[in-house]
Amino acid sequence: MPTKHLLRIENLHHSFENEEVLKGISFSLDKGETKVIVGPSGTGKSTVLNNIIRLVPPTRGKIYLEDTEITSAKNINEIRQQIGFVFQDFGLFNHLTAKGNVMIGLTKVKKMDKNEAEELALFELDRVGLKDYANSYPSQLSGGQKQRVGIARALAMQPKLILFDEPTSALDPELTGEVLKVMRNLAEEGMTMLVVTHEMGFARSVADELIFMEGGNIVEQGDPEKLFTDPDHKRTKEFLFQLTNLYGEGEK
Amino acid sequence: MNNLELIKSALPYLLEGTLVTIQLTFWSLLIGIVVGLPIAFAQVYGNKILQATVAVYERLARSIPLLVMLLLLNYGLPMLGLRIPIFRAAVIGIGLRSAAYQSQIYRGAIQSVGGSQMKAARSLGMSKMKAFFYIIAPQAIRIAIPPVANESAIVLKDTSLAFTIGVVELLRQGEYFIATSNEPMVIYLTIAAIYFILTTIVNGGLSLFEKKYQIPGIGIEGGHSDAY
Repeated sequence: MPTKHLLRIENLHHSFENEEVLKGISFSLDKGETKVIVGPSGTGKSTVLNNIIRLVPPTRGKIYLEDTEITSAKNINEIRQQIGFVFQDFGLFNHLTAKGNVMIGLTKVKKMDKNEAEELALFELDRVGLKDYANSYPSQLSGGQKQRVGIARALAMQPKLILFDEPTSALDPELTGEVLKVMRNLAEEGMTMLVVTHEMGFARSVADELIFMEGGNIVEQGDPEKLFTDPDHKRTKEFLFQLTNLYGEGEK
Repeated sequence: MNNLELIKSALPYLLEGTLVTIQLTFWSLLIGIVVGLPIAFAQVYGNKILQATVAVYERLARSIPLLVMLLLLNYGLPMLGLRIPIFRAAVIGIGLRSAAYQSQIYRGAIQSVGGSQMKAARSLGMSKMKAFFYIIAPQAIRIAIPPVANESAIVLKDTSLAFTIGVVELLRQGEYFIATSNEPMVIYLTIAAIYFILTTIVNGGLSLFEKKYQIPGIGIEGGHSDAY
């Protein structure tokens, strides 16, 4: 079935051992949209992202990237090039400089010319404000800088969308701001993003749509402002109220 | 004959033995790498059956004393109709034992690089093979250098056990010379000095290599290959 959605997820199920962590998730993402998934820990939010890029293959259900069904696609390495992934623990390659981290996917996967790759790498590092750190190794960078390199690495591959798996959860509170700012800019520039986060301020002000998940199901999804102020479900209200109390409303 | 002259006259024989010791060390370490690496891969990436099989090998090779192993190869196998030349028997014995130890070094190095590096590489669209060569291996090699230097020194010293099955290496050359000169103290000390020089060269070489390719944040900070 052809679709105009960039990403469409249909009835996604996932089980680890005997435990069903996703019990039928369906939603879609259009080009240029930012959607934020929130929910308690162990709800399967990260599993959704890992299922999409098939680092963890889904047990059941279908995922479409534009018109391609990617859950059973053979050429997964090609599909992964089109989907950026930003990890909670950064996942930077420790033996490469910031520039090397951004370049390696370009030269080794996309077979780009080395000079061209370097130019693009420096451009993307500049975009996340780290041009001066191009030659630093991950161990020489702060957490916030590492995560921005992670974002630059994803961007350089020129993906159709980027998945963010709790990108600020491993950071000290004073470092989350610089990462969120980069993400906010990306959203404004029209990058398509699917973000799992506890940052309520970001969710409320940047997301086009908020998805509240609990117990492997989507409880409620819709306009973030509505979910924050007048949700249909009691659980949504309880959870968002609790998180907002915990993390503050952030920059509204 | 004073000691210096004694050493001088012994040196040609001892150096001849040293050459054999170096050859024993080289081939044993090579077997250790060639057998040890696949064992490490089997342990990290293999299925349960493969893992269990190599675990048995590793257990055996690490439990049997090298001397017993060499005696088995040299005096045991001929009973089964398999006669291996002594140099080869020594290399096989020392090499197979080193393979078990080296496999542990490589396994540990690969595993300490961590699954998240592999995951990140795969997320960029790298195949498992590419991820291993471009991401895992460059880090694992750096982590493995100090323990490999250590293992090399151990193998070098253990080649002296080849003496017991008749390989004319450094120690046996010394024995021959002692038999005619009756100067065990001076000759054994000279032999010890030669082993000392050889292990220092091996460790120094790997330590240089380690420093040349040092990257901040990889390997043990401040650690070096001389720590044996």
